[in-house]
Amino acid sequence: MIELIDTYWLYFLVGQYPHGPLGGLALTLILAVLGLLFAFPLGLVFGIARVSPWRSVRWPVTALIQVVRGTPLLMVVFWAYFFLPSLTGQNTDQFWTMLTALVVFDAAYLAEIIRAGIQGIGKGQTESARSLGFSYLDAMRLVILPQVVRNMLPSLVNQFVATIKETSLGYIIGLTEVSFIATQINTQVLTRPAEVYLLLGLTYFILCFGLSRLAFWLERHLQQRTMAKAHA
Amino acid sequence: MTPIFDLNLLLTGTYHDWLVAGLITSLSLTGISLALALPLAIVIALIRLSPVKLLQWSGFAFVEAIRNVPLLAHLLFWYFGAPELLPTALREWLYARNVEATSAIIALTLYTAAYMSEDVRSGIRSIPGQQFEAARALGFSFVASMRLVVLPQALRVTIPPLISQTLNLWKDTSIATVIGVAELMYQAAKVESATFRSFEAFAFASVCYLGMSLLITGAAGWYQGRFPVRTA
Amino acid sequence: MIQIEKVNKWYGSYQALVNVTESVAKGEVVVVCGPSGSGKSTLIRTLNRLEPIQSGRIVIDGVDAYGPHVKLNAFRSHIGFVFQQFNLFPHITVLENCTLAPTRLRGLKPSEARDEALTLLARVGLAAKARAYPGELSGGQQQRVAIARALAMRPPLMLFDEPTSALDPEMVGEVLLVMRDLARDGMTMVCVTHEMGFARDVADRVLFMDEGKVLERAVPSEFFARPEHPRLRQFLSDIRTPFAEAA
Ligand SMILES: Nc1ncnc2c1ncn2[C@@H]1O[C@H](COP(=O)(O)OP(=O)(O)O)[C@@H](O)[C@H]1O
Ligand SMILES: [Mg+2]
Repeated sequence: MIELIDTYWLYFLVGQYPHGPLGGLALTLILAVLGLLFAFPLGLVFGIARVSPWRSVRWPVTALIQVVRGTPLLMVVFWAYFFLPSLTGQNTDQFWTMLTALVVFDAAYLAEIIRAGIQGIGKGQTESARSLGFSYLDAMRLVILPQVVRNMLPSLVNQFVATIKETSLGYIIGLTEVSFIATQINTQVLTRPAEVYLLLGLTYFILCFGLSRLAFWLERHLQQRTMAKAHA
Repeated sequence: MTPIFDLNLLLTGTYHDWLVAGLITSLSLTGISLALALPLAIVIALIRLSPVKLLQWSGFAFVEAIRNVPLLAHLLFWYFGAPELLPTALREWLYARNVEATSAIIALTLYTAAYMSEDVRSGIRSIPGQQFEAARALGFSFVASMRLVVLPQALRVTIPPLISQTLNLWKDTSIATVIGVAELMYQAAKVESATFRSFEAFAFASVCYLGMSLLITGAAGWYQGRFPVRTA
Repeated sequence: MIQIEKVNKWYGSYQALVNVTESVAKGEVVVVCGPSGSGKSTLIRTLNRLEPIQSGRIVIDGVDAYGPHVKLNAFRSHIGFVFQQFNLFPHITVLENCTLAPTRLRGLKPSEARDEALTLLARVGLAAKARAYPGELSGGQQQRVAIARALAMRPPLMLFDEPTSALDPEMVGEVLLVMRDLARDGMTMVCVTHEMGFARDVADRVLFMDEGKVLERAVPSEFFARPEHPRLRQFLSDIRTPFAEAA
């Protein structure tokens, strides 16, 4: 095990970089960060549209979200892989394919988190903002969303964990993220697949468990703050 | 002259058969894994709720170790890694059979059970302790109190999230492609490379995934209408 | 019926019961009162072993409750317990609440259990609600069902832990009426309650607890007319004239 780490740790972390494209764990993380970063604004728009008082906005977005949530991510990846090129007119590499799929997929999930957040804050807040004379959109922007986003922090961290796990599907389209690299290492070593994949699992575990503990801590912290305020 | 969308390809012939075989495999994977995961999940949940610290802790470790590693990495481990750890005779016995499907079922079962056990646990915890106490005061044993009073109530709370975990399981079977299980996604890709009709092949798979997802979501809605959660 | 001998109980380092020694005779109705946190619930819960004790002895109907050979479930099924929060099982009907234990633990046939339960429900005035779910009943009705549920096991002894404290004032009477009726039938009862009218009219003896100790015990007429302990005097004046200061 030690010997395995000793030989391959750099390859595992960054792929062939700097002699080739960046890969490995670094690529996994970059993909997850960018995926969530781009998915968030899109999810926000979808989430607001999902509770919009206007049917012509609410229905198509609701349908889109239901379709994406009813479809495996791998299906989305395949659609992106085969049809992005004809859509954009140029060859899309695996990185952009995967990123596009992740953004679309995560945006649909974030939209539901945001919708639940908006509905959880309740009519009371909207009504009092409206009664002060704010327009619907201003009430959203100034009163509702700031509360939603603050309460959402733990869910965002959890979504980040989910995104990290999702990037592993890049493996299937040949993206050199960390699972792919692990398999490359396995083919080179040949004799110790159990150890190689245990190491892969351990790597994901440390990353994701750490983050989910952070989300747990944030959640408790937020709860305590809200309670302290309610008492004050 | 080939039509733009060759519906015939999907409705009859070899390729149709391939796709349908894939669909059946996906459904079987879901059914078998669900049947194994449910009891496992209940056992894990009870272990996590037991008064013994060591048991609680090992339940927690199991759940977190599984949830914080992507399903893809689980599949790679169970397919490439784990058989190496088996004694030769057993390994050969396994390889003579369907090792792909076996690995997939193990990975899907463990992954699903980890998530489901959390739903079962929070379902049980949502039942106030006084319910258990009232049952004990009537003279029911620990097991009888759980079985007759706590679990039936917890079930009502737990079934909807369990159904949504089943939806995840259904979508997750697509990832078994990675180890060569001939499920729906695998067969769609096979048809795609045999015919270059990517659109038809993926449309078929998408419609299947989506249709089944809608059925599962519908089941959750039906259940909640039929068996409302009752509180005193 | 009940012998409590030198019982001590701690929650961690807090002593909730201090050397409690009492006894209750068959057919006797004992009311326990005292300020909040004085250990009334703790005492009554030790009687059917919902709480462990650290020293002392409790014997009920000849059975040593904390003895090594006691069959806990059978032991408990012979003691009816009524909770402040009713604790009906919300997922099953009122009737099923009353037949669950008799069919499973007394081995009654469903039809027998049903007949008995309906008789008991009629006795507490709720035969018409047999098919309702607990969530559809008022608090007072739920508590009367809870009493019927406990009675369905035909216990020789009934314990009540503040059965009317969670009720709206207008529902207190209906529950007390049921309890009064039980007492008249000769049931042995221990009731934690602050309903002093009930204590005066129904109890054979009243105990006063404070800080885990039983400070006074007397027949109701003595208890209310000549309270000895200063704490009890304070307590009685507090509950009699809650607005004394304002007046
Ligand atoms: N489970 C528990 N853990 C720790 N302390 C407890 C527990 N239950 C009760 N106590 C403490 O024991 C004391 C007596 O409680 P209790 O018997 O419920 O009082 P009462 O019923 O007279 O209001 C109180 O000070 C209470 O805080
Ligand atoms: Mg109490």
